Amino acid sequence: MRYLPLTESDRRDMLAAIGARSIDALFEDVPQSARLAGKIAGLPDHQGELEVERAFQAFATRNVSPSSAPFFIGAGAYRHHVPAAVDYMIQRGEFLTSYTPYQPEITQGTLQYLFEFQTQVALLTGMEVANASMYDGSTAAAEAVRMANRITRRAKALVSGGLHPQYRGIIETAARWEGFAVDAGKPDAEGLETLIGKVDKQTSCVVVQNPSFFGHVRDFSRLAAACQANGALLIVVVTEIVSLGLIEAPGTMGADIVVCEGQSIGNGLGFGGPYVGLFATRDKYMRQMPGRLVGETVDADGKRGFVLTLSTREQHIRREKATSNICTNAGLCALAFTVHLSLLGEAGFRRLAELNHAKACELAERVGALPGVALLNESFFNEFTVRLPRPAAPVVEALAARRILAGVPVSRLIPNDPSVDNLLLLAATETATEAGMAPLVAGLKEVL
Amino acid sequence: MVQSLDRSQGRSGTPVAAASDVPATFTGNRALQIEEPLIFEQGQPGRTGVDLPEAPKVKDRLNGLRRIGAIGLPGLSEPQVVQHYTRLSQKNYAIDMGVYPLGSCTMKHNPRINEKVARLAGIGDLHPLQPVSTVQGALELIDQLAHWLKTLTGMPAVAMSPAAGAHGEMCGMMAIAAALEARGERKQRTVVLAPESAHGTNPATAAALGFTVKPIPANERGRVDLAALTAALGPDVAAIMLTNPNTCGLFESEIIEISKAVHAAGAFFYCDGANFNAIVGRVRPGDLGVDCMHINLHKTFSTPHGGGGPGAGPVVLSQALAPFAPYPWIVKDGSGWRIAEEGSVTQGTPLGRLKAFHGQMGMFTRALAYIMSHGADGLRQVAEDAVLSANYVKARLQDVMTPAFEGPCMHEALFDDGFLKDSGVSTLDFAKAMIDEGYHPMTMYFPLVVHGALLIEPTESQAKEDLDLFIAALRSLAERAKSGTEAEAFKAAPRLAPRRRLDETLAARKPVLRWRPSNHPPGGDPLKQAAE
Repeated sequence: MRYLPLTESDRRDMLAAIGARSIDALFEDVPQSARLAGKIAGLPDHQGELEVERAFQAFATRNVSPSSAPFFIGAGAYRHHVPAAVDYMIQRGEFLTSYTPYQPEITQGTLQYLFEFQTQVALLTGMEVANASMYDGSTAAAEAVRMANRITRRAKALVSGGLHPQYRGIIETAARWEGFAVDAGKPDAEGLETLIGKVDKQTSCVVVQNPSFFGHVRDFSRLAAACQANGALLIVVVTEIVSLGLIEAPGTMGADIVVCEGQSIGNGLGFGGPYVGLFATRDKYMRQMPGRLVGETVDADGKRGFVLTLSTREQHIRREKATSNICTNAGLCALAFTVHLSLLGEAGFRRLAELNHAKACELAERVGALPGVALLNESFFNEFTVRLPRPAAPVVEALAARRILAGVPVSRLIPNDPSVDNLLLLAATETATEAGMAPLVAGLKEVL
Repeated sequence: MVQSLDRSQGRSGTPVAAASDVPATFTGNRALQIEEPLIFEQGQPGRTGVDLPEAPKVKDRLNGLRRIGAIGLPGLSEPQVVQHYTRLSQKNYAIDMGVYPLGSCTMKHNPRINEKVARLAGIGDLHPLQPVSTVQGALELIDQLAHWLKTLTGMPAVAMSPAAGAHGEMCGMMAIAAALEARGERKQRTVVLAPESAHGTNPATAAALGFTVKPIPANERGRVDLAALTAALGPDVAAIMLTNPNTCGLFESEIIEISKAVHAAGAFFYCDGANFNAIVGRVRPGDLGVDCMHINLHKTFSTPHGGGGPGAGPVVLSQALAPFAPYPWIVKDGSGWRIAEEGSVTQGTPLGRLKAFHGQMGMFTRALAYIMSHGADGLRQVAEDAVLSANYVKARLQDVMTPAFEGPCMHEALFDDGFLKDSGVSTLDFAKAMIDEGYHPMTMYFPLVVHGALLIEPTESQAKEDLDLFIAALRSLAERAKSGTEAEAFKAAPRLAPRRRLDETLAARKPVLRWRPSNHPPGGDPLKQAAE
């Protein structure tokens, strides 16, 4: 078998060196009743690389890839062009097949790029400090709430109706089993004023999203002031990181914790994962952060180097007193993010954001002009909501039958709420073309 | 001077130069080892590594919130970026380079076909919220992996969405909390039992869910003390969290008695499946009475560790816990595959949602490719070869190092620092000396129950001749350490790596967690700085 170097004669020699009569002797601690005599029945045997590749090609042909169809889906995952150099770099074995950098002398590569990643995240979010990544934006949002509960010693989170419904679901799941309260606003119905009015001395944090799930761009400065006045923390969630090339940073608006989904930079759609969670905060909360942190130091010769640091927050040292149970993060996805952002640079990142906004403005204008269709956003970045004259889910299905991937019916993520049945979320990134927009607009016209 | 070892190819041993013989260079570089400044210390304003068209002028819709100030990102061309990260990569040790015996982490070979199939457009380039009619192949792929995981573990259900092992622990323990709540016992059962040798994630997870963690002692054989466990079980106990094979690399031989006692007390058995790679194909955890177990796909099924993730931590569940599985899962009905999620679930009482979308699809694809490549026959062989290799390393080292426990081990061999007693060399020194020999050290000081622990996991991926050279190198180091005359040399190790030992105290006392112009003054010549 191609991945197993030991030959039968190796195995015999090794058993002899051990002094064991058979391989079974090495498994003698397994209770008799649980020992399987042979291979598990009903499962196929090993296959060659050719056969394996064919099997996956068969899976692939039964999907419609955005690379082969007009595509306008967002809602927390965005399709961007990823330069070829990014994927090349993350496939280098020295990065791909290395472990968490516990031995800094021989993992400076990983440690330095994570230090660069932390810096990039802090700069983008306008915050002072960032960690070495989380699983993704959605789980990072729940970790931010846990962190706010720890810092404030309070147990009530206010969640904006503009937060991605699945993010909200994760926070509510954590609340249910970990024992804190969540006061969640109705999807998008609630204005900023209502939210400000609800902040009180029991509130540990307020969780908002910018741009919101429905695409609106908001200034949270006044909410930040209300949080500060009440000793609560403002958590700003960003699910489209490219927006920070064009929209004021959450740190400037007064955020205490910023969590982002970093997928848009360097990481493909991948059917939902793995992605990369960005987590940034103020220096004063550094020691309350979850996750790995890389810090700068010197080696025995006085040369600059990097190490994992402040690990007394973490589970492998603090065990039941840790700030989080997180262990693995998203190292390789963070590398993809860092390489892509390094390629973009200041000029490229800003231009990318401008392009996304321009494409979305064009799409909004064209779709909004269709009879019976209403654009609900005054502001947006690269995604917006329209109200259709009839339920959006069957419209999207009908367009899918024509191989047009036409956005996300809001009812997919907010089920059993008739008020959102006719709402459709549409996103346009730099990958959108006239060859995609024209069929979408024509198709919508026909099926509505 | 140290005499180097003969390779099996018969190249003669050439004396290895001591570090002091290495000449200083103008650049600070040492041939293939290039000193590399931070990306923020490079580049020029206006330079970029991408060509994007200028955006058409539009009346912006940004609600007056246009970002004005500079972000502070450096500008570099593509060749500069490629050179930078390539140079960084060359400062990393990796499985692709050789033996990576990091116990408990399972650094096995990562087949490249797995990378290739994960990048097929019809798999890697799919949006999670596409209409399900357009992702039928993707849903079937997830279901097929789920089928393998259930069959290999002998468990009836699996939750696929957890993003990593620790996330899977959270999922499993929430399912246990949900089951207790359904029985009306959530408030009374507040204690979780875990051995002192447990991974740190176990107590961290239990504590996050409000449970009190009580340690259970090990016996002199490195296994759970059954009598002590039985004594600790009572109406206040929610669950036991037990790794099997355990973190000492030993199979819990009384596992069935343990699970019976736990169930008799009305508690649940959470199995930490981090070490499933030792028994896959030979033992089904379902036959041991397990209620739930996470599977680190990056360990048993070889998805790349990637410098610390991404992982994936599906959780297999018993009949008792299956109704509480989190959203989403994949089902098949008359019209094909679909996703059971919020609003479309008609059975069970899901504990909620743990992650956006449907799980770590990229990891599912790689794991399934690994599984299909090995098949039922090969996976059993994987476990056997991993266990054989660990026992071989242990047998060949036991006269110069001190095994922590007698008898066969599973996939990893645990030593204590008894062999270093009075040598002036610590476990840390010993491990650092391995770096100069071209090896990544084993896991050190874990598990906590063994003094100065050294945990070696060779995995199934190493050829016997490579294990033999590794063993010979460790024997040489052990003998040098025990000679009592080389403690200073060990303390100075490593000397040949890209960096010598780093000052971790300084890093923690004065944390510098990012580049800043203020603590990284501009205008400095990076080449000169590096050379200094």
